[in-house]
Amino acid sequence: MRVADVRARLERLGSGVTFHVLRLGFASRFLAHLVMHSGTALRRFRLTTAEIYFAGVLSLIIILVSGLFVGMVLALQGYETLQRFGASESLGVLVALSLVRELGPVVAGLLFASRAGSAITAEIGLMKATEQLSAMEMMAVDPIARVVAPRFWGGVLSMPLLAALFSAMGIFGGYLVGVQLIGVDPGAFWSQMQAAVDLRNDILNGVIKSVVFGVAVTWIAVFEGYDAPPTAEGVSRATTRTVVTSSLAILALDFVLTALMFTGGTHQ
Amino acid sequence: MQQSPAAQRVVAHPIVEIRKLSFGYDAKRPVLRSIDLAIERGSVVGIMGQSGCGKTTLLRVIMGALRPSAGEARVLGHTIKELDREGLYAMRRKMGMLFQFGALFTDQSVYENVAFPLREHTDLSEDLINDLVMLKLNAVGLRGAAHLAPTELSGGMARRVALARSIALDPQLILYDEPFTGLDPISFGVIVRLIRELNDSLGATSIIVTHDVQEALRVVDYVYFMAAGRVIAQGRPDEIRQSSEPFVRQFVNGSSEGPVPFHYPAPAYDADLELATH
Repeated sequence: MRVADVRARLERLGSGVTFHVLRLGFASRFLAHLVMHSGTALRRFRLTTAEIYFAGVLSLIIILVSGLFVGMVLALQGYETLQRFGASESLGVLVALSLVRELGPVVAGLLFASRAGSAITAEIGLMKATEQLSAMEMMAVDPIARVVAPRFWGGVLSMPLLAALFSAMGIFGGYLVGVQLIGVDPGAFWSQMQAAVDLRNDILNGVIKSVVFGVAVTWIAVFEGYDAPPTAEGVSRATTRTVVTSSLAILALDFVLTALMFTGGTHQ
Repeated sequence: MQQSPAAQRVVAHPIVEIRKLSFGYDAKRPVLRSIDLAIERGSVVGIMGQSGCGKTTLLRVIMGALRPSAGEARVLGHTIKELDREGLYAMRRKMGMLFQFGALFTDQSVYENVAFPLREHTDLSEDLINDLVMLKLNAVGLRGAAHLAPTELSGGMARRVALARSIALDPQLILYDEPFTGLDPISFGVIVRLIRELNDSLGATSIIVTHDVQEALRVVDYVYFMAAGRVIAQGRPDEIRQSSEPFVRQFVNGSSEGPVPFHYPAPAYDADLELATH
């Protein structure tokens, strides 16, 4: 009896692992096909700019407002700690490095996944459920080239810009609270920030993170939409999966990228 | 006289020829079994049968969305099995397809929906595209609705816009998947009229997959009846109306009594009610 139980559990575990490995393989082939058939999206760039508008411009409000508040909270919390050590003038450095290296790409990525990623999945899933993708196939138009690729590139191009705007707005929020409200010296705030934030080690690495998160989130979003069962329940589950999987992927990738970028004492 | 279902119909100018075609998603459950049919160029042909009898699957084989497991399907001179992706797309450019609920692109206006195939497959100027879109919309009586969004259309209007879109490139073969589902009687009549008119004016061939038998019999030249993945009867509409085949009679008359049972296969009733004697 116990042997049978163990065996059943092992079988369940095995089938679960096989299912996920197969799905990852399928998603990778989907990405390869998508990239190879991106000619239409790049040649007729208006298709991609329309998607940059939907994924990027329409996400601006949530990104900018969140950036402002995150920066303001960072300044409050940072000042509280720094002034204990008499280092409150380093507040600008703390706010800028936290945002540019970590919070900008990560929080903007999480917000992008819930705002734009879920919308991309729902839209593609509903197009599939209402046979719009089949209709396109029947008109000899490849839906991956015409529908999926422009959304993918629109998302990939939007994400670093949104992360940069998030960080910029956060720094402004930090300035408002740190300098205007608390009274940190503005000269020290800006000059220490300027001296300590490195273009390659901090800003470029932050941009690389946001590009990687952009690829991951948009890939997950378009794949989940395209792979969704063509029913109301299927699309709703796919949308949820996009947000959950993207968020976990961002956090896991952030750890890996941070480990690769900021270890080994290369940073002064 | 109605032909024997097993007989391969011989037509002078076939646009679709299917021989001994079988298909199944897996080996244990065949959906289509040894289908033979031939469709004459210029005709309107109905494929009728109950829901789940395999008629939509047959349509998907004809459009090249599914590959036959056995047998041969020749469409517009191409053998479906031998076509690669480019060949399939080249063949589909000569075909139009009307989906059950229209499948209009909801993010585009009526005008843009009809212009879609023209923009994707031609380099025509905007002026010429405008003329062609208006011509096609006028043919379905909806030129005045060009600026509307698909969500503002009734079911019948959406079906007509989809029809205008499917004939945008003047196809040789038009496929209709359940074109009458959910339509009011007036829209119904309009679609029936349009199918015939467009087929004759474009010099096209039409295949209608439907279970709305009485209405379809008004418009088709020839009918194939399917049940359980096989063609069980075929003939002209008047032959079908007079058929003695029990399944066709039950279907045409819409009767609940006949070879198709009312009850889905189930265990004994008293066993389900736990009334079995001990």
